[in-house]
Amino acid sequence: MSVLTRRTAPLRVPTRSMHMVERNVMAYRHNWIVILSGFFEPVLYLLGIGFGLGSLVPAVSTGGGHTVSYAMFVAPALMATSAMNGAVYESTSNFFYKLRYAKTFEAVIQTPVGVEDAALGEVIWAVMRGCLYSIGFVVIMEALGLIASPWGGVLSVLAALLIGFAFAALGTVITTFMRQWQDHEIVQLALQPMFLFSATFFPITLYPPILQAFVAVTPLYRSIHLIRGLTTGQIDGGLLIDVLYLVLLGLVGVAVASVRLRRRLLK
Amino acid sequence: MGDSNSLILARQLTKRFGDLTAVDGIDFEVAKGEAFGFLGPNGAGKTSTMRMIGGVSPVTSGLLTIFGLDPAAHGPTIRARLGVVPQADTLDLELTVRENLMIYSRYFDLSWREGARRADELLEFVQLKERSRDKVDELSGGMKRRLTIARALINSPELLLLDEPTTGLDPQARHLVWDRLYRLKQRGVTLVLTTHYMDEAEQLCDRLVVMDKARIAAEGSPRELIDKYSTREVLELRFPIDQQPVLDGKLNDVAERIEVLPDRVLLYTGDGDQAIAAVHRQGLRPETALVRRSTLEDVFLRLTGRSLVD
Repeated sequence: MSVLTRRTAPLRVPTRSMHMVERNVMAYRHNWIVILSGFFEPVLYLLGIGFGLGSLVPAVSTGGGHTVSYAMFVAPALMATSAMNGAVYESTSNFFYKLRYAKTFEAVIQTPVGVEDAALGEVIWAVMRGCLYSIGFVVIMEALGLIASPWGGVLSVLAALLIGFAFAALGTVITTFMRQWQDHEIVQLALQPMFLFSATFFPITLYPPILQAFVAVTPLYRSIHLIRGLTTGQIDGGLLIDVLYLVLLGLVGVAVASVRLRRRLLK
Repeated sequence: MGDSNSLILARQLTKRFGDLTAVDGIDFEVAKGEAFGFLGPNGAGKTSTMRMIGGVSPVTSGLLTIFGLDPAAHGPTIRARLGVVPQADTLDLELTVRENLMIYSRYFDLSWREGARRADELLEFVQLKERSRDKVDELSGGMKRRLTIARALINSPELLLLDEPTTGLDPQARHLVWDRLYRLKQRGVTLVLTTHYMDEAEQLCDRLVVMDKARIAAEGSPRELIDKYSTREVLELRFPIDQQPVLDGKLNDVAERIEVLPDRVLLYTGDGDQAIAAVHRQGLRPETALVRRSTLEDVFLRLTGRSLVD
């Protein structure tokens, strides 16, 4: 494939990608209520299940002889889920609309902003949206006394950034394969079981070993594992695997998305 | 690399999509300050050529330079100096009229302040100032086109590419667009446009190439092309339906060339009135007889045997 872009220094500040973010901020100023509504779902789960149902559940064992209250167990999982939701919603539905119908990128690539810049910009924006939800969520967790240490809270926001990155990249790639709106149902079909069964509401040890191995390689499980470690203060080497997993997923996703978009836009 | 005045240089430029050859080894040059046109029917390869010039479509083979640069290596540098009006509107529907210009200025790395200044100036230029807070959906087709032109001018381009700038517009809206383009030309902006309207090509282009089936069929100014490929006047005869007469050579001496179309007969001649008299002497009684000047449409018919707009 011929190269239609400038050669990019690997660590250059992605100024041109940030123009995509500016575009999205501009568009959302007309529609900010949409952003707000995505925030409440995990908060409602936290109240309804974490506290409501949780009042019937005794403390949960998180391995190594540690136990935490049920709300403390569920909250980090919901925080990871909210980072995922923000990023996935943005990189699937909204990105799909811009790519298939609004021809947003056709106009963008006529300017010095290249396809890679635009793809990265979209991912950054999706991460920002996911991160916004996580910050809101972490504030609520702190207020309800569900975080073991202040450091855990700060680090969990950084972790949420990483989760957003991985899922935004993944979502962008998936969207480049979508042909019609109905394909979004397939995404929902994958998200819902992931939400319910990634050790969100009960420990992974409840599964038989073979299922445990399967759940352990899914991205939401790694995300939940990471945040739960940070907010409950159980920091160990396993968190490093989560970080590596998410970084790798994000980087591969951005690279694949760029190639897919070039093929589509630069005909 | 050709002469230093040429903004665009193409040699044996070719674009293939799989088995389909969209552009088949064409040569052309566009000089600074010129208004250059690609005239041809749909599917002639005009849009593919424009996309290659715009740096959003890789060249399959041959040479193409814009501002002396290779688009494969210097895409962003070239695009920074180009304005593009694509065939289908690609305005941002989630933004207002003015925001469309503002964000586009950001894509060109202009400051917000400079973007705002240019946006207001351009809204004035394309007569959309009153609509600046409206969403794009609410604009008419002609207004959207003008906004797209304003958007293409936000980076003060040296070269403006227009792919069928007035297709689908009503006559009044077309004239407004032409007027703005003419002003830009007078300011020294180089225009490259595609069209399948001969009147548009005649109005705007200093020089043009006629494209047909992925190749260039002829090149020159509208006047030169008409002089070379047509006669001064054309006599159009219409006969009653079902009574298209058997001409068998009857009119051969009347005109230099005859084209028999499904609905009319065209006689190419230096003097239309004399030709009418001659037609009558042959005993033919057309329903209508119209004498007009030759146009690029006639040139196209001569070169390809087909009409421009089907």
